[in-house]
Amino acid sequence: MVLGTYKEVVTARSTDKEIQKIAQDGGIVSALFCYALDEKLIDGAVVAGPGKDFWKPEPMVAMSSDEILAAAGTKYTFSPNVWMLKKAVRQYGLEKLGTVAIPCQTMGIRKMQSYPFGVRFLADKIALITGIFCMENFPFTSLETLMAKMGVSPELVEKMDIGKGKFWIHTADEVLSLPLKETHGYEQSGCKVCLDYVSELSDVATGSVGSGDGWSTVFTRTDAGETIFKAAVDAGVIETKAVNEGKFGLEMLTKLATQKKEKAMKEIDRRKAMGLPVPYKGSSEKEDPLANV
Amino acid sequence: MLAKIKEFLGMEAKPEELASKEEVEKVAEEKAKPRIGYVHLSGCTGDVMSLSENYDILAELLTNMVEIVYGQTLADVWEMPEMDLVLVEGSVCLQDEHSVKELMEAREKAGLVVAFGSCAATGCFTRYSRGGQQARPDHESFVPIADLVKVDCAIPGCPPSPEIIAKTVVAVINGDMDYLQPMIDLVGYTEACGCDLQYKVVNQALCIGCGTCAMSCQTRALTMTDGRPELTSARCVKCGICYTQCPRSWWPADRIKQDLGL
Repeated sequence: MVLGTYKEVVTARSTDKEIQKIAQDGGIVSALFCYALDEKLIDGAVVAGPGKDFWKPEPMVAMSSDEILAAAGTKYTFSPNVWMLKKAVRQYGLEKLGTVAIPCQTMGIRKMQSYPFGVRFLADKIALITGIFCMENFPFTSLETLMAKMGVSPELVEKMDIGKGKFWIHTADEVLSLPLKETHGYEQSGCKVCLDYVSELSDVATGSVGSGDGWSTVFTRTDAGETIFKAAVDAGVIETKAVNEGKFGLEMLTKLATQKKEKAMKEIDRRKAMGLPVPYKGSSEKEDPLANV
Repeated sequence: MLAKIKEFLGMEAKPEELASKEEVEKVAEEKAKPRIGYVHLSGCTGDVMSLSENYDILAELLTNMVEIVYGQTLADVWEMPEMDLVLVEGSVCLQDEHSVKELMEAREKAGLVVAFGSCAATGCFTRYSRGGQQARPDHESFVPIADLVKVDCAIPGCPPSPEIIAKTVVAVINGDMDYLQPMIDLVGYTEACGCDLQYKVVNQALCIGCGTCAMSCQTRALTMTDGRPELTSARCVKCGICYTQCPRSWWPADRIKQDLGL
């Protein structure tokens, strides 16, 4: 259960060469939303679109493939996508909405669906949550500082990536890296009690860990997620292969998910001992210490 | 929404139209219909209007699932009867003896008292009342009903969404206490404000910048700046919805997994 409940896990990528070129990994989020838009399974998707500053995303309602693709690639800072959901429904008049969400955003949406206290006629319009794996996030100022540490100005950066113990920055002509221990202290502190690495409550969850370069690991979780993902595979917009069960596949994913949860449990226990509030139970109160409850 | 309610009643696997009627009748036969009252204090009727926006299920709800035994705008009854549950809308004006009396009477005659909407639950925008207006310049003090009587359950919202009202009613009918628990816990949350996000989430190192608070704010008093909620306090009506919907205030993990089939 460290990886959440799921129907199937595969390694996958978009078959679209354009998407492959611009995607962070296998282009699963882009491919799924473009397919769902084309097939009218959704009539728009809230994505982390480009903002005023380089690498500072703004939530955006994408209603065409071009707009979806403009949001491709990971930005390691906040994009409060959940905020935009209401606008998408009220101001854009969308009835079937997709959104890309990191685990905590998925949690906000799912809680709103189960308990829609003040959120009128929105819960049933969320048609597809594509969740992405997330270890931690950074305030924008932190991201600026990391770029400065690596001596690169934001407009020259073409891609950022965290993997193999390093923070990587790709520019047109070089690849720079920073050991992850030098990023400590720059993370968002709210991430430290997060018990979800692989977007356990999304419809379809995807991320890089567990699959080779240019590919993504994909979990289908809900019925809705399974239906859309399978349809996209059948339509040939996504290709799949069996997930690597071994050391650089599911084993690695399980290891990282467990590490994140164990670290968060420690922090939750520490906070509880100090009398600070935490929305989750402490490890001593749980049957399964790693459960996301 | 109808599908959601059917899901609650365990009807979703049955053939469509037929099942709905039969099952509702069955539920009606098997379970005594709860007698529901509605007390309208210093509120705007928006909460009961929100209830009526459950178009698909309203007829079933009112005719087969519950019995409305008391309430202005809903029933022509003058004498307050015994009730299983009373929905109280609006805060209570301490200078208005009739309001105070009606609330006290509702507490006596109802098994469960529900603070229905944010005015009843948190005071909401009547928190800003300060008297000095004709025809009753003395009417200045409005408090959430939990300040005067024991409240069993709170449904905040300005107004609460039609869906949460329907879900709550169904949970009450089914005796689904797990679903109602957060609403029982929210009874203590009477001093609400948009600044709770700062005090109880950001100051406590819990904010993750997801934007759920800004999405749920019903007056657009909240925006997100650099991944953190920013409150325009002049727009805040103190309904408490932002903090209530925040995934870092309370977390109904089991219910969410159940709802998703995970």
